[in-house]
Amino acid sequence: MKLIIGLDGHGSGERALKFGQNLASVTGNCELLIVYVIEWSPFSFQTPEENAERHKRREEEIALAMERVVAPALESLKKAGMNARGMVRHGNVADTLNAVASDEKADQIIVGRASEGGIASRIFGSATANLVMHADVPVTVVA
Amino acid sequence: MKKFNLGAMFALLMGVISTPALAQEAESLDAKVNAIFATITGPFVSLIFAPIPGTSFPWIVMWLVIAATIFTLYFGFVQFRFFKHSIELVKGDYADPNDAGEVSHFQALATALSGTVGLGNIAGVAVAVGIGGPGATFWMILAGLMGMASKFTECTLGVKYRNEYADGTVSGGPMYYISKGFAEKGLPGGKILAVLFAIFCILGALGGGNMFQANQAHAQISGILGDYPGWITGLIFAAVVFAVIVGGVKSIARVTEKVVPFMGILYVAAAVIILAVNYDNIGWAFGQIFEGAFTGLGIAGGFVGALIQGFKRAAFSNEAGVGSAAIAHSAVRTKEPITEGFVSLLEPFIDTVVICTMTALVITISGQLISDPATGNYMLNGNHIATVDGNTGVALTSAAFGSAVSWFPYVLAIAVILFAFSTMISWSYYGLKSWTYLFGEGKTAELVFKLIFCVFVVIGAAANLGPVIDFSDAAIFAMAVVNIIGLYFLMGIVKNEMTSYIERLKSGEIRKFKK
Repeated sequence: MKLIIGLDGHGSGERALKFGQNLASVTGNCELLIVYVIEWSPFSFQTPEENAERHKRREEEIALAMERVVAPALESLKKAGMNARGMVRHGNVADTLNAVASDEKADQIIVGRASEGGIASRIFGSATANLVMHADVPVTVVA
Repeated sequence: MKKFNLGAMFALLMGVISTPALAQEAESLDAKVNAIFATITGPFVSLIFAPIPGTSFPWIVMWLVIAATIFTLYFGFVQFRFFKHSIELVKGDYADPNDAGEVSHFQALATALSGTVGLGNIAGVAVAVGIGGPGATFWMILAGLMGMASKFTECTLGVKYRNEYADGTVSGGPMYYISKGFAEKGLPGGKILAVLFAIFCILGALGGGNMFQANQAHAQISGILGDYPGWITGLIFAAVVFAVIVGGVKSIARVTEKVVPFMGILYVAAAVIILAVNYDNIGWAFGQIFEGAFTGLGIAGGFVGALIQGFKRAAFSNEAGVGSAAIAHSAVRTKEPITEGFVSLLEPFIDTVVICTMTALVITISGQLISDPATGNYMLNGNHIATVDGNTGVALTSAAFGSAVSWFPYVLAIAVILFAFSTMISWSYYGLKSWTYLFGEGKTAELVFKLIFCVFVVIGAAANLGPVIDFSDAAIFAMAVVNIIGLYFLMGIVKNEMTSYIERLKSGEIRKFKK
């Protein structure tokens, strides 16, 4: 079985990680894939200077997310003897998690409860809510 | 805090200049700046706009038109055949999900557009229609459609021959493709042409990309607040530009980049509403455009006058063949340089065929241009068409929109100021890239250029429209002289890229990622 765990660098992501780990140890022979998505839209507006530096910034963003979020999670999973991989992607959180799940032929996506609040998430919906409504594989939302 | 200080400073300055003696001194400072500027730039302007012997047709306009025609034919009307494909590319249909987070086609297009959509579309069109009559619009649209092929050629080369540095940043543009492309083909003179282009680009950045913008922004503000010396607007603008390009205050740039597209949409929406309200006059307006295109309808210089104005203002507005867009587009990360060419060809379409035409239609329909009821010809006031309030340039556009929606001039004033600002930021980057091409990358070299750029903001705001617009045009067209020579020698490379791409597109090797 292959499980995808979506991290957001917040507490709810930690709980999703824990839940995934438990599920994997119960099921046995499980592959865990840690995915951190950097919110990014190809339709935003940038200055010429930002464009010229974009590739450099992207590399920096990926390295930072790997170091701060993905690597520590992988380490704790590996310590627990799990078969785990990690990746960082740019894009819309819900779309990207779902796309990774299809590409990897994963059986399930595990995410934390929405951590963002405020008016924006009320209007546009949170990444978690969007994922639950549009995902092509089962989604578990961890409180 | 900062805002309050600026406001206080402004109020103080306004108070100071309202004392008569100082006001006069300020006026004479404006006049001095103006006279010196006109004398220095005169010969350069005359050379660029010299007429073809025996005619009144400036050779430079012919140069651009011939180039656009050659590229259109050479690439088999690429702007029409691949229009749909271009839109699919911008929508991201062909974008590899693994490249997410890199500069997208949409972002490169939007950035380049924010450098070109601006005063050219608002003030420039008013100048064209004010001198050349509604007929100038016809030639403007034609120039816009043909210019799409020039843009396609230069932006493909811009991506193909850009410099990618070890730290992941990029620099591209005509100076790079001319020097590298010529070297690759074993042609001599590439370096000289590249240096020439860089020099003209710096002048263009200081002229059309800076002084013209500052000048027209001042015209707008003083039109609303009442007349006051231009150098005051200049100083305030220079301070904000300084904060962004030297101080690295990204928040200002970020706000502008977000507000400008919104303003562009608002502008087009307002024009559409005005046209919808006057829908029974649209047919008549197009009639004026077509009739004026071939007869001139009594304007100075007849149909040739309309044609020159149309082509000139189109080129100034969409910058096709000028090479500036190649600098902006070169930042996109793509395995196929040609795709950026396809995307960039939408730029003259949006800029000229859509937005400029809107402005021209609104001015024509508004009845601001006075015509003689007996002959149907336009009445002249000097070499201009007489207007209801004697307005020219951006004031004419403002009056035209104002005659339909009374409060719109205020919105337009804000739009003009923001457009002027975003164009300045874009051009400061184009100028900077040329500057570093000449003097090497480095903090000191960059700072020197940025300071010069800020000084020119003040000069531009203080000078009269006449000399500023002449110099702006001349500098930007001088870029086109060098760039197009380069494009002629390198267009074969673009053709090869295009042939190979089309083959792979047909065979299905290049496919859509989106389901």
